[in-house]
Amino acid sequence: MNKITNIKIWILATIIMVGQSCGEFLEVDPPYQISSETFFNSEDDYQQALIGAYDLLQSSYVNVLMGEFASDNTLCGGENANDVPGFQEIDDMRHGPVNNNLQDLWNWMYAGVNRCNYIFEFQNKTNFENKDQVMGQAAFLRAYYFFELTKWFGDIPMPIDVRVSFGSVQDYGREAQANVYAQIESDLTFAANVLPTSWDEQGRVTKGAAQSLLGKVLVYQEKYPAAVIILDEVIRSEVYDLYDNYDALFTQVAENSIESVFEVQYSNEQGAGFGCLQCSEGNVMVGFSGIRGYNGPTYASGFSFNVPVQDLVDQFTPNDKRLRGTIMDIEAYKTEQESQGNQVTYGEGWEHTGYYNHKYIPRTGESFQDPNLTNSTNYRAIRFSDVLLLAAEAHNATGNDTKALEYVNRVRARAGLSDLVTTSGSLEQDIQQERRLELAGEGHRFFDLVRRGEAAAKIPGFIQGTHELFPIPLVEIEVAGNIWAQNPGY
Amino acid sequence: MKKRLWLAILYLMPLGLLAQTGTISGTLTDASTNEGLSFANVFNVTSKTGTITDLDGNYELSATVGDVLEMSYVGYESAKMNVTAIEKMNLALNSASALLNEVVVIGYGSSTKKEITGAVSIVKAEEIAKLNPNRLEQALQGQSAGVQISSQSGSPGGGYNIRIRGISTNGDNNPLILVDGVRYADLSALDPYSIESINILKDASASIYGVQAANGVVLITTKKGTKSDKPVIDFHAYVGTQSSARRIPVLNATEYAILSNEAHANGGQTPPFGEISDLGEGTDWQDEVFQDAPIRNYYLNVRGGGDKARYAIGGSYFDQQGIVGGEKAGFKRYTGNVNLDVDLTEKLKFNSVVTYAKQNRKTLSENAIGSVLFNALNMPSTLTPLDENGDFTLAEGLGAEVINPLQQIANTFNNVDVNRFSGTAGLSYDLAEGLTFTSSLPFNFSLVTNRGFSPIAFYGSGKVFNTVESSVSESTQTYSSWGWDNVLNYTYTHDDIHKIDVTAGTSMYEENFQGVYATGFGVPNNSYEFAAVSQANEIRPGGASSGAGIFRLLSQFGRIQYGYNYKYLISGIIRRDGTTRFGPNNRYGIFPSISLGWVMSEESFLQDNSFIDFAKLRLSYGQTGNDKIGDFRYVAGLNGESEYVFDGNTLVFGQAVGAIANPDINWERNTQFNAGLDLNLFGEALTVTADYFIKESNDLLLSIPVSGITGYTAPGGGLPIANAGSIKNTGIELAINYRYDVSEDISFSFGVNGSKLKNETTSLNDGVSFIQGGGFSIGQLPPTRWEVGQPIGYFYGLETDGVFQNTSEIESHSSQPDALPGDLRFVDRNNDGAIDSEDRTFIGSPIPEYIFGMSFSAEIHGFDFSAFADAQVGRDLVRNYARNLPLTNRTAYSIDRWHGEGTSTDIPRLTTGATDNNLFSDYFIEDGSYLRIKTIQVGYTIPRYGAQSIGLEKVRIYGSVSNPFTFTKYQGYDPNISSGNPLDSGIDNGYYPQARTFIAGIKITL
Repeated sequence: MNKITNIKIWILATIIMVGQSCGEFLEVDPPYQISSETFFNSEDDYQQALIGAYDLLQSSYVNVLMGEFASDNTLCGGENANDVPGFQEIDDMRHGPVNNNLQDLWNWMYAGVNRCNYIFEFQNKTNFENKDQVMGQAAFLRAYYFFELTKWFGDIPMPIDVRVSFGSVQDYGREAQANVYAQIESDLTFAANVLPTSWDEQGRVTKGAAQSLLGKVLVYQEKYPAAVIILDEVIRSEVYDLYDNYDALFTQVAENSIESVFEVQYSNEQGAGFGCLQCSEGNVMVGFSGIRGYNGPTYASGFSFNVPVQDLVDQFTPNDKRLRGTIMDIEAYKTEQESQGNQVTYGEGWEHTGYYNHKYIPRTGESFQDPNLTNSTNYRAIRFSDVLLLAAEAHNATGNDTKALEYVNRVRARAGLSDLVTTSGSLEQDIQQERRLELAGEGHRFFDLVRRGEAAAKIPGFIQGTHELFPIPLVEIEVAGNIWAQNPGY
Repeated sequence: MKKRLWLAILYLMPLGLLAQTGTISGTLTDASTNEGLSFANVFNVTSKTGTITDLDGNYELSATVGDVLEMSYVGYESAKMNVTAIEKMNLALNSASALLNEVVVIGYGSSTKKEITGAVSIVKAEEIAKLNPNRLEQALQGQSAGVQISSQSGSPGGGYNIRIRGISTNGDNNPLILVDGVRYADLSALDPYSIESINILKDASASIYGVQAANGVVLITTKKGTKSDKPVIDFHAYVGTQSSARRIPVLNATEYAILSNEAHANGGQTPPFGEISDLGEGTDWQDEVFQDAPIRNYYLNVRGGGDKARYAIGGSYFDQQGIVGGEKAGFKRYTGNVNLDVDLTEKLKFNSVVTYAKQNRKTLSENAIGSVLFNALNMPSTLTPLDENGDFTLAEGLGAEVINPLQQIANTFNNVDVNRFSGTAGLSYDLAEGLTFTSSLPFNFSLVTNRGFSPIAFYGSGKVFNTVESSVSESTQTYSSWGWDNVLNYTYTHDDIHKIDVTAGTSMYEENFQGVYATGFGVPNNSYEFAAVSQANEIRPGGASSGAGIFRLLSQFGRIQYGYNYKYLISGIIRRDGTTRFGPNNRYGIFPSISLGWVMSEESFLQDNSFIDFAKLRLSYGQTGNDKIGDFRYVAGLNGESEYVFDGNTLVFGQAVGAIANPDINWERNTQFNAGLDLNLFGEALTVTADYFIKESNDLLLSIPVSGITGYTAPGGGLPIANAGSIKNTGIELAINYRYDVSEDISFSFGVNGSKLKNETTSLNDGVSFIQGGGFSIGQLPPTRWEVGQPIGYFYGLETDGVFQNTSEIESHSSQPDALPGDLRFVDRNNDGAIDSEDRTFIGSPIPEYIFGMSFSAEIHGFDFSAFADAQVGRDLVRNYARNLPLTNRTAYSIDRWHGEGTSTDIPRLTTGATDNNLFSDYFIEDGSYLRIKTIQVGYTIPRYGAQSIGLEKVRIYGSVSNPFTFTKYQGYDPNISSGNPLDSGIDNGYYPQARTFIAGIKITL
């Protein structure tokens, strides 16, 4: 009996142990996970990926903040001299290649590029009726991200229509800025051709947005004749107009208004954390720009970064309606409120000037959870007044001062200012001054100064030949195998 | 039919031999002293009868010619004699070494101390009892050389880091822990008293566990039943109280006001405090948050068994509250276990272990900026806990993170319940003499449910913790696993000279994970009572989610051990593992090891020696692996976050690629050489174990920095895992134990163990000169680095060179033109005339150079005394629990600040203005070396007759104190504390310290 049982057990043991060595056991797929390589089988798949491409627009809050610090409009502020050293360094024009916040900007804009390229990588996989419109939006977004990158860093690695995989980084050299601009122009031209002038859903990229960004990119390259054509087309389309009340223009009632050519959409529906600011669905810039330790009506408190300087305030003439909409004077406000019996208290942060950026300032009820990180105020990325002023600049540069004046005065009229009747010569400067006043606090000033060659004269600490561009993050150069030369002076 | 006949013949056989039966008598003596052995067992194996010897060692027992007698006596090697005639049979027994015959669990089998060739540390139940730990990891602290235990949090239920022979990766450094063959990620579910032994495989002999053994293997066995006439019942109970062992001296109200005024004046601001004479001491916020907290434990175990079955049934209840937060940081544990071994037939045996544990843990915010203790240290002592209306005082003007810690505790509701059901069931069958086939099924099922409630709260303007809506989060996570191990084991001994032990096996293992998470907003009445997602007003888009995971491992393994005459020992191991964590290209890995032992004391040249009882030289070399990364990192999936907003405020959701995949990830390999020496001297009074090891970990599985142009920072994205980098740990371990038995009733023992460790990064992947991590203050550059030539996670910051005493010193220094007298002088490392981030350098390391453990115990006439200490030397910690804002409180050392020429050469001036003094520098690094008396215990065992007179077998009462003394220069709460992350391990943001605990307990055996 025992012998037979033994044999049975032997056989059993052998079957079990041999059977257990069969590798099929290891053939399992990740549960409930869609493979990135088998996607794009329907229009819905493309639309879903497109939302991912839009997502990174929200992280461009840091571009706006740092663009303002870098300019002569604001000081960094914050809690103390070491509050976010990367921001402080940019404000003081002492930033170097090790700067976490510049690295964020680089990383997040490339994250956006990759999500666009993911769609382009599979652009031929599945056909459907409105595919051009999906691809048009993706093309605009890619151009938007690349334009940000080249504004900040100049020549940049430029992956096109393919995701940059782990291991392929070293295949990308720094592409000359002219080539980057060519790619941006081509993407925007395509987008302008296929996109509708409006959508049922607010917040999507339109034909006008693509044309306007293209016009801006052309002005940046001083390709004025081409810029004139495209910007005039936007203006003549009469899709856009100036919003009457500049005071309200940056509050939530005027979101996606007639003046808004392209607007980055934010929401307060979800919480956020410092660990992943790019994940926030809210506008992080707003909380950062809020009044420190504020208690009182209307506004909510924030981190007191991005404080306007007296020089900016002094630029506005007293009857300029934009002053109120642009600058929040905390002491004046406190006095006014206290005369009405309301109590206002606030704290003074680092580099306190008494002023706050009134365009992007937290107000009560705009955030729910993590209030400083989830403000729902949209960023007005391209406003019609910006388009008018760019067009004015292009006309002025191509000799059509009449048209230029018409556009500038349209902007001035809304501000309650009289028409310029300038003779040519100072008009060029007047347009730039108008840009500063109209667009203060929106992240454009630094780049306007740089492209006009006026930065060194206006920005303390700005070194000609260096600070026009920001340094490529040191870690980026290293992990790419030291094939990228650093920008001059860093 | 045939069978029955055969059986009948067997039964009838003894009858034919009846004539040669009679009474055998004789004397058992000690072979060395020739003294008679009293109460020794004499057992007739054939007839299954037995007796014991009298006081002089004499016995009488009936036997038949052909029977086999077995003589055994505790502490002696048992011997067998064949009865050849009915006559006097004397026998001299050799004393056996209890130490050497101690069983060592080595994975899929066991060996003895004498024969083992690997480096294994053992902690037994007796040592655990002396330490009286409330968590099993504490029982390992200072107990075995080369094992570093540090607390992640001293809060009840807080975890411990177990680091065997250093840190070998910046990923997961946790060892493989098997409790009766079942994997445990964490030992919180075990009652320490239910443990029989802990065996730690430290060297390459752990390769029997292949891919999971790179960080060492901890094998834990629970108490099993043994044959006994009646059940043995153990009852153990203790109650105690815990309190904080240390307060960090901070400024009282008057000091605070004076120094705040000074800081404001230095910063060119109006001093905030006018009249300070009546401020007095103010509030001691640490007194407010610390409290005495109870701890108690009850344990019952019943064991026993007969010829065919043995059992052990146990249960326990443990309840600990927190010294911060009390019940809000409490931990409760209920356990129950049944161990059952049944001999189904002569050859077929069943064994099983089934354990159930239920835990409940509540937690507060710890070790973070804005955590409870951080806030207690930073709240000004001028503020009262409650304002004049009886509401919590708001922490106004103290930045966005510092809030009233009492309000924070009141508003914290974090609750985790864990229900764990696990065990092993196995069958073994004896195929032939020495050959056994064992099949066992380890399993685990854990249900983890979380509930967190965040009420509407206002802590002061601009606080990041303010909430304008209440919310509740609930989650249910199910972790289940099963394995199937099949092992053939063959043991053969020839003439007691050649001993062969062969093990061959296969194993399957699967882990499954399912999780469902939901968050709801608007909890009725803003009350925890209604904090359920079902009661919430609203679940927002993205507020509900789920997760799932699967992991499988398929293995074959084998081990051959050969011993020649107990003198020359060799053991070879090979294991092949296949894992679902790697792609099809790299799925399988092979991990071999070899070890040799030479028992020198068996050689003739050491035989005639009065003091060496045993000497063994061990050598081992081999490989283990590591696959402790997330699942499926070799394929890219659409698990990124894709959210945007269209039409006003409405979130829309799409799909996006998650973390970057790397299809080529492969095994991390750990190659280790070990040389060891075991010595037993002076009649085994003194035992010495020494080991030297070199452990090289190559192809480390890391989240490596890659270029941002890959888009890895996108929401829901992440770095790829790649094989990169190497770390080398070199170390020496020494353990010495001395035991002195003065008499039968008086004995002393003393033990010390120590290890010296050197951790060095030998390579990183191409193109990356360092990997940085950790966090210091807010918004500063990462303070730790991992870099070639340095220990992992070393501190990287500015080097200071005292404090500027006057302006001429600043002028002559030239690289800090903006500094003022009283500011820290930094070293311009790169001599570029400016102090900036380029001047940062090595300023400390969190890895201890030396780890020590010490123990002392004495037993004197029923009284017992034991004390344990542990120490870590040569390790640095970062002081990061001061917020350093104009109006936050300061630690008391700021009284010794610079405030005029010559007043201080190391502590800078206080200022609210711009200063570089708060940049991460060696000013914030402290020596984290310590020596801690861990436990002192005094017990008394009631004499046996006294106990028996009240119907008990044994009664012991004891008192103990844990963490009574800590000797350290470190200013923080607790130097034995560390996050598990190597790049963050030495940064102290206000760790929840381990409590000082006084306990009174009783142990009863019936």
